[in-house]
Amino acid sequence: MVWQGRWMMAGKWIVGFVLALGVFVAPLPASAGKADNSIRFAYDQAPENVDPYFNNVRIGVIIGQHVWDTLIYRDPQTNEYKGQLAESWKQIDDRTYEFMLRQGVTFHNGDEFDADDVVYTLNFVSKPESKVVTQTNVSWIDKAEKIDKYHVRVTTKKVFPAAIEYFAGPVVIHPHAYYEKVGPKGQNEKPVGSGPFKVTAYSPGKSITLERNPAYFKASPKAQAKINRIDIRFIPDRQTQLAEILSDGLDFIMSVPKDQADQLQAVPTLQVVSGETMRIVFMQMNILDNTPAPALRDERVRRAINHAIDREAMVKNIVGAGSRPLATICFPTQVGCTDEGAARYAYDPAKAKALLAEAGFANGLDLDIVAYRERNQTEAIIGYLKAVGIRTNLRFLQYAALRDVITSGKAMLTHQTWGSFSVNDTSASTPNYFAFRAEDITRDETVRDLLNKGDNSVDLATRKDAYKGALKIIADKAYAVPLYSLPVYYAAAAALDFKAYPDELPRFWEMRYK
Amino acid sequence: MARFVVTRLALALAVALAVSIIAFLLLRLSGDVATALAGEGAQQADIEAVRKIYGLDRPVIVQYGEWLWRVMSGDFGTSLYFKTDVASLVLSKLPTTLVLGLSSLVFSLLIAIPLGIIAALYRNSLIDRLALGLAVIGQALPNFFFALLLIMVFSITLRWLPVSGSGTWKHFVMPTIALGYYAAPAFMRLIRAGMIEVLSADYVRTARAKGLPARLVIFKHALRNAIVPVVALTAVQLGFLLGGSVVIETIFALDGLGYLAYQSIANKDFPVMQVVVLLLSLVYVGLTLMADIANAWLDPRIRVA
Repeated sequence: MVWQGRWMMAGKWIVGFVLALGVFVAPLPASAGKADNSIRFAYDQAPENVDPYFNNVRIGVIIGQHVWDTLIYRDPQTNEYKGQLAESWKQIDDRTYEFMLRQGVTFHNGDEFDADDVVYTLNFVSKPESKVVTQTNVSWIDKAEKIDKYHVRVTTKKVFPAAIEYFAGPVVIHPHAYYEKVGPKGQNEKPVGSGPFKVTAYSPGKSITLERNPAYFKASPKAQAKINRIDIRFIPDRQTQLAEILSDGLDFIMSVPKDQADQLQAVPTLQVVSGETMRIVFMQMNILDNTPAPALRDERVRRAINHAIDREAMVKNIVGAGSRPLATICFPTQVGCTDEGAARYAYDPAKAKALLAEAGFANGLDLDIVAYRERNQTEAIIGYLKAVGIRTNLRFLQYAALRDVITSGKAMLTHQTWGSFSVNDTSASTPNYFAFRAEDITRDETVRDLLNKGDNSVDLATRKDAYKGALKIIADKAYAVPLYSLPVYYAAAAALDFKAYPDELPRFWEMRYK
Repeated sequence: MARFVVTRLALALAVALAVSIIAFLLLRLSGDVATALAGEGAQQADIEAVRKIYGLDRPVIVQYGEWLWRVMSGDFGTSLYFKTDVASLVLSKLPTTLVLGLSSLVFSLLIAIPLGIIAALYRNSLIDRLALGLAVIGQALPNFFFALLLIMVFSITLRWLPVSGSGTWKHFVMPTIALGYYAAPAFMRLIRAGMIEVLSADYVRTARAKGLPARLVIFKHALRNAIVPVVALTAVQLGFLLGGSVVIETIFALDGLGYLAYQSIANKDFPVMQVVVLLLSLVYVGLTLMADIANAWLDPRIRVA
């Protein structure tokens, strides 16, 4: 929308102006957040349903991980799996897992946690008719069976090596009696979980209040919350969020644009922290038989595009602290992700020009590029391409429209990003774009077979080997342009002690005021 | 008169229907609704499941026809995003928008009427030009920009008013000013023109000649006549203010109909968006119709026009 663009520009200008005149900003009173040991947090989107199975937005994940628990917990610092609602687990065969459940855990409504909760939740969400929003989070579950009160067996539909990662991520456990009675609608209206915070007030689309759960089980790898209350407000406009934190109306915001984050550093009562996220940025090139850009079928052209872009300079000047350049299409900590042996393309515009000339494009060529976010980064890419003679026409679209263009085979170049749903396994990233799925505009059968092998093998060494092979071919044949990981900037009250993690999940249960 | 009313009513309904068709089509032109509902990163299987669950696999005309039939039978459907009844969702947001619209209208009249009178009384003077300048700025300054300026001054620098939310009357002060200021120039120009015309009328001259105090001449004799066209404009401007609240409510995070419209567009929640658009267009068309009827009742020449 035109007004939205203008409004954002105006807002940036005004906030920038205010920050530049920092001395004229009235001194802040004692923080209301710190005064009553609460955190006032704003996010730009509201979840459609607080039940984690029925929303697909980041704020839904954040609320979900505070109100509910999962069977397993992945330590964000070491990536080590620890028991959460499950005390221990073991893999019986390729498709079967058994969980010994923790005793003495209670839900916020006082119900005691046991095998019935796990069995009911998993069997309910894995049924297609339950209409879970992100089917890939649950469609791999075949069934869950109760062995005894604290002992559960879960079977997957096929070999699914990333199962543990999902048990530690989106697969939260609901109290079965309550969930059976009220369903997802009732869980949205009055959420009940077992997590470190409980919902005490909720106004859909407007705000939600989480209060510390004093009865939270001590053995949880999530720390006991030190903060009494989190007041979450849904404020759609980022400029308004900035104005709120500048005027002490908020204590914590995230996804602050880099330029404004740089300026916020100068405000003494605030702190700005940036952290790498699992979201990777890359370019795809359409080399399908019916590609509208036949030039991209020439490997020399694709290599030229790879050489044309200065990833290091983009990371340093535009993307910001926490980001790192990438050489393959996956996030480095994901199981199976590696750039070992894969071709690397140093920034070398002269070589790019020479490759283009060799491919018969000495006078350059014209291509469309589709993008949907981080427009300033797309524009930098366009600048780099122009410098080597590739003239691009930018089509900046909404995500749904961008996907239409890609899946219908009408895209030439794309400027894409992918967050892997914070799943720390390569099966959640590379196959999306190279295993003949809807957004694969490369379609190399060898790559597909290797990725399928990685996705469906249980042996870790076999998986790693298969992914390594696929990633090497993608890089060597320059099927795509891996760019960098995206950071996220947080702005918070200076007195708040917190740490940023790659899964973009602020862990309020760890935070405290200094 | 009855024929005039019936014709205008039919025309108003046709406009509302056309608006709803355009909104329905525009939402689909901006990308696949199922993809948007499934969210960024959804697999093709997720998207196809969403498409089937919500009946988006049927032809657009069938989807629209079904929606229209349901609305006509009083069923406004369920929000695809919030999973609640659209009618109650819309109704719950209406009070905030009505408070904002009416307070903005009052604010706009409060600045427009005195400025219009002064500009007419001191025609072509410095004060007239100043009032004209204010009107030009009001028309030229986009309300989102003005809103951000207000936040900068009153929230960040002076700390007098809260930036966003709708909990107290203080939350409505800046949105009211930002929205009302934009509507004021139209009133001001009309009052100025009307006042200039009536001030030179014979009955005003007579009133002055009788030695009536200037206050009485201006407010009792002149303003009462000059303000008649403003009444009709007020109805139209109220519709404009209710519709214009989308941007202002989004900036100030006011939980009203405008913010709901913004959310429904962003989330491709077409049952909600359709009802909001239909409601706002009906309000606008209804208010315009009332103004037309009032004018026709006052001036019989309009009825045959």
